[in-house]
Amino acid sequence: MKVRLKCTVNQEPVEVLADDYKTLLEVLREDLQLTGTKHGCELGECGACAVLVDGTPVLSCLVLAVESEGRRITTVEGLAADGRLHPLQKCFADLGAAQCGYCTPGILITAKALLDAEPNPSRARICEALSGNLCRCTGYLQIVEAVEAAAKAPR
Amino acid sequence: MMRLPGFRYRAPRTIGEAAAWLAENPANTMLLAGGTDLLPNMKRRQQTPSTVVALRGITSLSEIHNGDGLAIGSGVTLSHLIGDARVRQSYPGLWQAAAQVATPHLRNMGTVGGNLCLDTRCTYYDQNYEWRKSIDFCMKRDGKICWVATSSPKCLAVSSTDTAPMLQALGATVTLVSIRGERIVPVAELFANDGMRYLTRQPDEIVTSIRVPAATGWRSAYWKLRRRGAFDFPVAAAAVAARFDGARVVDLRIVLGAVSSRPLSADRAAALLTGQDLSDELIESAAVAAAGIAKPMDNTDFELVWRKKMVRSLVSHALHEIRGDDMRARRHQLARQELLIPASASAAR
Amino acid sequence: MKPTRVIGQPRRRVDGRAKVTGQTRFADDIILPRMVHCRLLRSTQPHARIVTVDTGKAAQVDGVHLVLTGESFPISYGILPVSHDEHALCRDKVRFVGDPVAAVIARDEMTADLAVNLIDVTYEPLRTFASPADSLEHDEPRIHDYGDHGNVHKAVALQFGDVDAALGAADHVFDDVFHFEGNTHLPIEQHAAIALKDPDGKLVIYSSTQTPHYLHRALAKALAMPAAHIRVIATPNGGGFGGKSDPFNHEIVVAKAALLLDRPVKICLNREEVFYCHRGRHPVTMRFRTGITTDGKITGLDLETLLDGGSYGSYGVASTFYTGALQTVTYDIPRYRFRGCRVFTNKPPCGPKRGHGTPQSRFGQEVQLDKIAEHLKRDPAELRLGMIAPAETLTANYLRVGTIGLAECIRTVVDRSNWSEKFRKLPLGRGVGLACSSYLSGAGLPINWNDLPHSGVQLKLDRSGGVTVFCGATEIGQGSDDVLVGIVAEVLGIDPFDVRAVTGDTDLTPVDLGSYSSRVTLMMGNAAIQAAERAREILAGPVASKLEIPADRLVFADRRVFDGENPDRGVSFQEAVCIAEARVGTIGTTGSYTPPKSAGHFKGGGVGPSPTYSYTAAVVEVDVDAETGWISVPRVWIAHDIGRSLNPTLVRGQVEGSVYMGLGEALMEEQAFRRLPPRLSSALVHKFPSMLEYKSPTSLDMPEIFTDLIEHPDPRGPFGAKEVGQGPLLPIMPAVANAVYDAVGVRVDEIPVTPEKILRALQARAAGKPARFGPASFPEIAWPAPLLVTPPQEGGDGRASNEPERRSRRKADAGIEATAGVRPSTPLRAGPSIVEGRS
Ligand SMILES: Cc1cc2nc3c(=O)[nH]c(=O)nc-3n(C[C@H](O)[C@H](O)[C@H](O)COP(=O)(O)OP(=O)(O)OC[C@H]3O[C@@H](n4cnc5c(N)ncnc54)[C@H](O)[C@@H]3O)c2cc1C
Ligand code: SF4
Ligand code: FES
Ligand code: FES
Repeated sequence: MKVRLKCTVNQEPVEVLADDYKTLLEVLREDLQLTGTKHGCELGECGACAVLVDGTPVLSCLVLAVESEGRRITTVEGLAADGRLHPLQKCFADLGAAQCGYCTPGILITAKALLDAEPNPSRARICEALSGNLCRCTGYLQIVEAVEAAAKAPR
Repeated sequence: MMRLPGFRYRAPRTIGEAAAWLAENPANTMLLAGGTDLLPNMKRRQQTPSTVVALRGITSLSEIHNGDGLAIGSGVTLSHLIGDARVRQSYPGLWQAAAQVATPHLRNMGTVGGNLCLDTRCTYYDQNYEWRKSIDFCMKRDGKICWVATSSPKCLAVSSTDTAPMLQALGATVTLVSIRGERIVPVAELFANDGMRYLTRQPDEIVTSIRVPAATGWRSAYWKLRRRGAFDFPVAAAAVAARFDGARVVDLRIVLGAVSSRPLSADRAAALLTGQDLSDELIESAAVAAAGIAKPMDNTDFELVWRKKMVRSLVSHALHEIRGDDMRARRHQLARQELLIPASASAAR
Repeated sequence: MKPTRVIGQPRRRVDGRAKVTGQTRFADDIILPRMVHCRLLRSTQPHARIVTVDTGKAAQVDGVHLVLTGESFPISYGILPVSHDEHALCRDKVRFVGDPVAAVIARDEMTADLAVNLIDVTYEPLRTFASPADSLEHDEPRIHDYGDHGNVHKAVALQFGDVDAALGAADHVFDDVFHFEGNTHLPIEQHAAIALKDPDGKLVIYSSTQTPHYLHRALAKALAMPAAHIRVIATPNGGGFGGKSDPFNHEIVVAKAALLLDRPVKICLNREEVFYCHRGRHPVTMRFRTGITTDGKITGLDLETLLDGGSYGSYGVASTFYTGALQTVTYDIPRYRFRGCRVFTNKPPCGPKRGHGTPQSRFGQEVQLDKIAEHLKRDPAELRLGMIAPAETLTANYLRVGTIGLAECIRTVVDRSNWSEKFRKLPLGRGVGLACSSYLSGAGLPINWNDLPHSGVQLKLDRSGGVTVFCGATEIGQGSDDVLVGIVAEVLGIDPFDVRAVTGDTDLTPVDLGSYSSRVTLMMGNAAIQAAERAREILAGPVASKLEIPADRLVFADRRVFDGENPDRGVSFQEAVCIAEARVGTIGTTGSYTPPKSAGHFKGGGVGPSPTYSYTAAVVEVDVDAETGWISVPRVWIAHDIGRSLNPTLVRGQVEGSVYMGLGEALMEEQAFRRLPPRLSSALVHKFPSMLEYKSPTSLDMPEIFTDLIEHPDPRGPFGAKEVGQGPLLPIMPAVANAVYDAVGVRVDEIPVTPEKILRALQARAAGKPARFGPASFPEIAWPAPLLVTPPQEGGDGRASNEPERRSRRKADAGIEATAGVRPSTPLRAGPSIVEGRS
């Protein structure tokens, strides 16, 4: 069965007809073709699928699409504004925080929520906030440094 | 991509509505709160309700109220809980337990009610359908035998909730609502020592709130064992709550997590300390006594013998912490992060 | 060193923007019109004969387009020519839980999934082989009907000089047994592929593969199609680490389905299936017998290794040789005997993971050296400094060693970690450990022996001033696109942003063998330099004559071509291209790279040679609770001899990423299995094929890392560069084990080093037993007689005195397989082939 879903994705109103068993992850990737949001397990065990729902980072693989009705969703595609990269994106690109880049969308989204709430987080706090995002390439150090650099960048 | 099986979705606005939906076909209906336990289980076809009743739309469930203690709505997320100053100040153990659940994202989603009612876990069971088919399933779902102990008449899956042991130690109660009415039970009585029927909650009942008694004079601490600094469920845990008169323990509860199919109250260990000053020796003997009742099985991460041994350390650390010892270095080693009890809440000895 | 403007500068990688905006298109991100979806049915039996496969019900399901079984795949394939033992779908038997048996292609994944579960397979169970001991003990039933004998896939023995005499002449002989548990790559991206028929009827497949060229060959063979009619496009990999370097069942299945249906067919594996693809680290038990003089020189080494290969060949023969290849490249070992044995078991196949076959024995050797130092009362750093292999020589096993920066690496980490204040001096529970390693900068021999280049690069320059560079290399996160572009930009004096890279596409790009064995930077880099220098030459003539100066005075820099003696005189790069294009016509150049011939001419001598080797030293600090064994790693110091760092940002990322992965292996990662009680069940399953229970470190589990790069350019590398993707992982595991000994005085001779093992060792000591946890002995193996090769230092010529005349490599394979197409029953070739893991 299909359900009709209305929500805001990256500040644009969206209306979509999707299979009722789908999670937000599936609707974003498959029905809206917003494939920037990744998946590595679909069971809540990796963090690759993180998106913001009403500003809070959640795992889109464990959110029912029907439960996103009326909500404000932000994905990696919505980070850059007016053709300019978000400071986090710029710092991630410049400082080697994205190697294969597969965990990157989920981490950027999570880091954005952190900086929105705490503009100057300590290193320990950054590690804690990102502890739900697995990365197999970087060893996290350059990621943490990029978040620190972005926190210092003018926004 | 792991996908959900089909199901009917209901989104009631009130508790009454939810209770009514649930009462229609309790055996095949499940409640959905944060979904962080139910949805993975459904994707793995461990739980396949035909109807899912979502509680998110019932706003009254997501509030924390003051009173004689705290009344925590079952729909309060774990992030909300640990962000609440009252919890942090007065129930440091609860704060520590909630702050160590899963990951930040999962705490943004997962609720206190869902955490209490979390399915029991077992490495023979928390697997995809195909995997379970390869072992011809097990007693908990679709099969006959318990692979953990092949002669066991009951399932030995592990109670893996972090907050339940602490809530039990704090003497909390839960309110259960159904179309038949409302009842209040101590957290200790919410659980049964059976991996399959681990809750005494009736299938048509909804946990609506958790009431934690006033914290005056009480200190609490929660120590959790897991391999990594995030993600992992507890494989052993110690929750301790105690009321002091000066340095003397007036009242004390020790509850073990993740070493049985339910939170396990270590009453004999607690009795050793009641009425006493917490000396190193007494702490040690209480820790040994507590570890004695732990029944870890070979169905989680880590070896069971070692887990049992760790129970002793965890209990001892928790007792040292409520005594006021500086446990920060230890805590950091085990938790891989700082989980400090705010200074004001941990009266120095 | 000539000053450089791009090379050596920390830069944003060329694909950085795509990665941070979510625009990098991974295989599963590709969505095509009319696309249908594939799911595989996998075996639920560890070892069984397939009696019947009933697909009737599945085919009836509404929305199902096609059901495939092993019948559709008569031709076998495999990565190594010596072990073409896989079929896209199993035909007569299954060999592990997870072995693919059938496939359904349907309108959507949900429907495919539903239908797959309606396929009825009846199995006749066969004996389950759960451990190497099982496989060594029981010859029947055989898991494969090829291999050395019984369930032994391959047993090899090589001897370089009279090792027994060397051990006899030593002052001490140390005899130690170690075990290294298997683990897996766990890339966050699950394997995915999408195949289609292009409008003119040819096959196109996009896949998250590290080795499009080998996939190309496998598809040509398995589908009996001319390779010229197949196009493989490697999408950027969301992590590979060696796990995406075999041709996989799902790739061949969707290719076949796309041809049959004439529609795009997509598959994305779920996480459990990724664990079944595996090809990860082999579990290895090993025995090191090392002769040492009192002044700390090695007189000889006798090494035995036993590898649990799992159910298929994969890279296994090469992995086996690799467990014995690089010891001599690190330390001066004048005489050496190596015997290695790989057995089949009913588990997912093992293969190449970062470090391919060498981390296991690196662990054994470095821990044994720590024990030797302790026994000789020598500082472990000093001891190693005294035994480093000599640079620019041939080792006893005929590996040609280039520059060696190991001494400087050791001194750097000793210095930076304040080693002398810590070693054996920290309070109980805290300790430091040191270990070293070396690694190939690319396998010297290709998998399919031939004389063709290992890497080819093409350049197109046109009047826009833009440069496009084409190369078959595959971006798996390591930054190969950036290396390629950086080198071209440097040579032509333009900005990396002016260069467009087209990579990993068998239709468009010249062959590069793939992203494995840390070969890309060196091989592709050298090919790129050649192509770019040729382009520079093409521009130089016409521009020089226009400027009326000799061509050798021209400088290419800052997007200009100018007179080095009068920089104001010059033209823009774009003008230069136009001038040249007007003069010589369309501008295109090529470059290629073939590694030098190896010096060993004995069977097995093909594994280990490399144009040059990287070196690493690391010090790890640990905190161990002597009561419970609980362990944490607060700090790591690492120094890596990279020759020259092309983009320091990326290089540091590779080092830190290696430390991370090494710590995961050292402390927690384990590809573990459950054998149910045999009296009740034949089941043998992966214990926890999930990201939750397969433990990989989180941001909270990482230590502080202090990285130093040792830069002495090696003339064999592009701008002097050597590898960095794998080497820095290797010392981490032994350094952790050595640090545990320093902290609490017990040895854990087994990876991973878990709290339980530490505690057991502590308990053993308390009970008056040896203060150690690890295997008690090395199993009895009926070794073949070793090939006898006299070391070069003793006058050897690189040939074995007792090996029958070897077939010439030229005849064995002229490299035509990839283009030859139909070859249904290619006979298995005898010689081992050469291969290796991730870059
Ligand atoms: C990777 C991962 C790691 C995790 N780690 C931990 C961990 O370390 N510690 C831990 O404790 N948990 C962990 N969890 C489990 C889970 O995230 C938490 O327990 C969470 O609090 C569950 O709450 P929820 O609201 O998401 O539950 P849901 O999934 O919505 O519900 C869980 C169960 O409770 C029932 N239920 C929910 N609400 C009610 C109610 N009001 N009345 C009656 N029944 C109800 C549901 O029907 C279901 O059976 C982890 C989960 C994942 C995926
Ligand atoms: S304890 Fe036994 S019955 Fe329960 S889930 Fe595990 S194997 Fe199944
Ligand atoms: S896909 Fe792994 S957490 Fe959602
Ligand atoms: S950059 Fe590859 S997983 Fe994080």
